[in-house]
Amino acid sequence: MMFVLERRANPSFRMAIASPILAALGMMVTGFFLFSALGKDPVEVFYLFFVKPLSSTYDIGELLLKTTPLLLCGLGLAMGFRANIWNIGAEGQLTMGAIAGGGVALWFGDSDSMWAMPLMLLAGVLGGMIWAAIPAYLRTRFNTNEILVTLMLVYIAQLALSWLVHGPWRDPEGQNYPQSRGFGDAETMSVLIDGTRVTWGIVYALGLALVAWVVSQKTIAGFRMQVAGMAPAAAAYAGFSEKRNIWIALLVCGATAGLAGICEVAGPIGRLQQQISPGYGFAAIIVAWIGRLHPIGVIFGALLMSLLYLGGEAAQMGMSLPSAITGLFQGLLLFYLLAADLFITFRLKRVRPAERIDPKPVVTLKSAA
Amino acid sequence: MQLNKKWKFLRLSIAAGLLATSGAVASAEPLKVAFVYLGPVKDGGWTQMHDEARQKLEKAMGDKIKTTFVENVPETADSERVFRQLAADGNKLIFATSFGYMEPLQKVSKVFPNVKFEHVNGFKTAPNIVVYEPRFEEGFYLIGTIAGQMTKTNTLGFIGSFPIPSVMRNIDSMTLGALAQNPKVTMKPIWVNTWYDPGKERQAAETLIAQGADNVGQNTDSPASIQVAQEKGTYAFSIDADMSSFGPKAQLTGTTEDWSGYYIAETKKVLDGSWTGNRHTRWGLKEGMVVMAPLNPVIPPAAVKVFEDTKAKIISGELKPFVGPISDNTGAVKVAAGTAMTDTDAAFNSVNWYVKGIEGSVPQ
Repeated sequence: MMFVLERRANPSFRMAIASPILAALGMMVTGFFLFSALGKDPVEVFYLFFVKPLSSTYDIGELLLKTTPLLLCGLGLAMGFRANIWNIGAEGQLTMGAIAGGGVALWFGDSDSMWAMPLMLLAGVLGGMIWAAIPAYLRTRFNTNEILVTLMLVYIAQLALSWLVHGPWRDPEGQNYPQSRGFGDAETMSVLIDGTRVTWGIVYALGLALVAWVVSQKTIAGFRMQVAGMAPAAAAYAGFSEKRNIWIALLVCGATAGLAGICEVAGPIGRLQQQISPGYGFAAIIVAWIGRLHPIGVIFGALLMSLLYLGGEAAQMGMSLPSAITGLFQGLLLFYLLAADLFITFRLKRVRPAERIDPKPVVTLKSAA
Repeated sequence: MQLNKKWKFLRLSIAAGLLATSGAVASAEPLKVAFVYLGPVKDGGWTQMHDEARQKLEKAMGDKIKTTFVENVPETADSERVFRQLAADGNKLIFATSFGYMEPLQKVSKVFPNVKFEHVNGFKTAPNIVVYEPRFEEGFYLIGTIAGQMTKTNTLGFIGSFPIPSVMRNIDSMTLGALAQNPKVTMKPIWVNTWYDPGKERQAAETLIAQGADNVGQNTDSPASIQVAQEKGTYAFSIDADMSSFGPKAQLTGTTEDWSGYYIAETKKVLDGSWTGNRHTRWGLKEGMVVMAPLNPVIPPAAVKVFEDTKAKIISGELKPFVGPISDNTGAVKVAAGTAMTDTDAAFNSVNWYVKGIEGSVPQ
């Protein structure tokens, strides 16, 4: 007796609803055994992971603060992934956005000009776009692989930031430590809810998610990209320009990631320093897939990812769980989510050896999407 | 939420009960002490030494305290949340064990004026923030003493993390220690721009050895350079922890930290109410915060004697690593003859120059 994966004729609606529930169940059961084996009360761990991070206004503010960069990067990435454009360098575009926007902030110094913040945000967006334009140009002009180019540009952006804070932008009163001066009051984003750290960035991010949804569902540009992703041959036959899709996908992601970068440094950090992101641009790749590459889904993906980060911290502080275990638990949930999603478009079919004449369709990343 | 409420209720009722009987609420609950780590507790270096000290602290203080730690806390916007949460959870003494936590600590300390914060290697104090720092330069001077005597090529190497003052002092003092024994040595630095990256550190060590550096010091956290030296038959020096198990033939000595004495002293101060803010404490070999890793038996007795004598002189205060005349590698005089640069000098906290004997220029 053997099992094979068989593509469903139509994605299963019932599975689409059941998939997150199945994933949660799988996670709960595995977590129960894992934590019991470690001698920890699983109920308390679940409480710390999923309830404590939501138990006060401040905590919810933290959740939204961490959601912001994940959502912004996830939105841009999802758009590209839908069109089969594999930008994995959102982290670099985020860094460049922070550099460009932060540079404007430093240029304004302590000025209380009303132009400071709009120009910083604009510079952040442009910084990210310019960084994403490099792989777009190389791909459309020389057919280079955008996966490699975007990834390599991450390290270049990080080194550029490191050089700036070690050199020209180093705080002259900072005893040579590698960080810039703190931004002035007008160069720091105002807080959305008093007593929290969450800024207007989350409002921009949610607004952009709505815009992305409208664009992908209701405009021809969105349609062209979707076709290019699902059926490249059909898109080519219809005369949809692949080059245009590449440019749009990369520039949009550069813009959102750049905005994420400037929101981070002009928000909770308040200066430029060597490390500004704990890897939001990479985590956003998972966020995009959890959200099934749908703008509204990405909102939930980003919220979940953010909750898992905060929950992991709470479990460390509250129960002395090692961070490796909290990381393992986070990975488990993501694994179950993505695994359960597979069964929306595939079903498990039982076959007898005799029946196995020719191999059934191979599962690839493309077909699973 | 439910659990939290229950817990709060429980605590309140215990407190109320004690209030009614003895009135001694303060001594009823153990002092909560928290540690925030940049890396994992088993990193084999920096963070592990802090966590070992935390365990010694717990052992020494018994049920008078309760410790918590959070590992892998990045120096991004996240650290501020961790500090706030620890303070809100009732921790009264919080040790922040990485330099990059400095700005978040400034913000959180204002929100929690009754919580005491201790920051390693920083420079911003406050009424409830103190800074503590080992005199690494003493350990590196002693490393230089050995390296200067053991080198056959008269070429030393140094794997640097970031060219910030506290690291610059280490390459400078290692070079000064070596020059005091062997005026012919030159020092080759490589900066890897990371605290921990075994791949990059390995590459740097291989490059330095290929350029003839047969004694390599490091200010990065992994044992990679010790392993490379073991493979190539050259010498290396550990930092933070004793890494001789990674290269028993290669590691000559190393500078390690024992934070437990300081942690115990500070915790006692909080318990008896004598803790004050706005301090900057530096402890070295004398106080036992800097501890040299065991000397490799390959070192000849004469060299060991020089090492031990130098160490005794540093402990007695007779020898200071940065005693003039010292000029930088462009010839400019940095410390005049007859004076010594010590940690009370502003110049000490902003060292950004190579002493004579180091090749190249400081990366900007």
